[in-house]
Amino acid sequence: MSRFFTSSIGRKYAMALSALFLMFFLLQHFAINILSVFSPNAFNEASHFMGTFWAVQYLLQPVLLFGVIYHFVMGFILEIKNRNARVVKYAKNNGAANSSWMSRNMIFSGLAILAFLVLHFIDFWIPEINTKYIQGDMSGLLADGEGYRYYEELTHKFVNPLRVGAYIVAFVFLSLHLMHGFSSAFQSSGVSSMRKEKLQKFGKAYAIIIPLGFILIALFHHFNH
Amino acid sequence: MNLTLKIWRQKDSKTKGQMVDYKVTDISEHMSFLEMMDVLNEQLINAGEEPVAFDHDCREGICGMCSMYINGEAHGPDRGVTTCQLHMRMFKDGDTITIEPFRAKAFPVIKDLVVDRSSFDRIQHAGGYISVNTSGNTQDANAIPISKHAADEAMDAATCIGCGACVATCKNSSAMLFVGAKVSQYALLPQGQVEATDRVKNMVAQMDLEGFGNCSNTGACEIECPKGISLENIARMNRELLKATFKG
Repeated sequence: MSRFFTSSIGRKYAMALSALFLMFFLLQHFAINILSVFSPNAFNEASHFMGTFWAVQYLLQPVLLFGVIYHFVMGFILEIKNRNARVVKYAKNNGAANSSWMSRNMIFSGLAILAFLVLHFIDFWIPEINTKYIQGDMSGLLADGEGYRYYEELTHKFVNPLRVGAYIVAFVFLSLHLMHGFSSAFQSSGVSSMRKEKLQKFGKAYAIIIPLGFILIALFHHFNH
Repeated sequence: MNLTLKIWRQKDSKTKGQMVDYKVTDISEHMSFLEMMDVLNEQLINAGEEPVAFDHDCREGICGMCSMYINGEAHGPDRGVTTCQLHMRMFKDGDTITIEPFRAKAFPVIKDLVVDRSSFDRIQHAGGYISVNTSGNTQDANAIPISKHAADEAMDAATCIGCGACVATCKNSSAMLFVGAKVSQYALLPQGQVEATDRVKNMVAQMDLEGFGNCSNTGACEIECPKGISLENIARMNRELLKATFKG
């Protein structure tokens, strides 16, 4: 089994599995965030549940962190290996004749997403970990004790137009990454072409709807605040 | 038509190469690309210069010997053909054509446009065959029932001529379309299933050892393959390797 995971195909499977997990996480993240547009209360309740339920915090969160780190680190390792597989580059290469821009530039869309994740962690994840596990405040309440803090924290972040702009750019890159990544994950997992054709249509819709949804949520809170 | 050719010239595997410009005149649009190269070489020989070395054999699109990266594409701008079947009507009078060897660390240049593709041979030796008793009492292959669908898919995979266009065109220099086709053509047939576990493990291990890159599913190989080998063969190889790993 260890030989499998160090083989080129084993790494493909591992990249695909971490990608599938991250895409499932993104869907769940979106489902909770969209609640903030329709019902601050429902958003607060869902956020509090996710932020305090032991299985999410102590099981899924470490798996998610591992998935994110693995996907980025292995992505870079594979990129370096792939670049080394062609020492002398072509003087003329017409990549557009046979493949999509998205598929050829996953490393760049991935880097843009990584930069966004740094901002996102500074904005939300690190303060959340600080409040809960360093300050020890698991109540999820506002400083004055009047209701949950999650909706207030979310809307407060989208006041600054520069941050909203950065989020929009990042989600455009996420969409480009998913345009290739979604179907690529299934191809790497060995899904047959018959099933893949249906998945490709679903993948294109996913790659547009989810990032666009996140952009609309950011814009909604920016203009609604 | 009159053309300007930018060709990679490299004396041998140890010497550094470079692009050199040549002019060819009165090229007929009915010529094949290799015939155009023959005209250039005749011109070079008459002028006392070293002709351009390039691989070729059958010139019928079936041996997989010819290569060349023409104007940024393996086997040139046409689809479903090797360089020998590429015709000059694909180009226009006055065009500049860039001609390079197939590039990959696992395909080192021997001279000019000739590359060493013996890494493919070593992958084949690692398991791209079936062990059959050929001592005279071989069972008639037609006595073994095979579904039409499996036979067609195996035949499609077996049309791979091992030219290496998949590696040359892949941005990662991955050989997975070639290995996927070779694994698939046997995995789909009952005769091949007997040794399927060792075959896929050994061929993938050899592929990795040769220094090919990792597939990132751009699909460029499928488009540039002169035999139209499908990406489905890579997915099948992935399934075969997973299955073989669990079998032990």
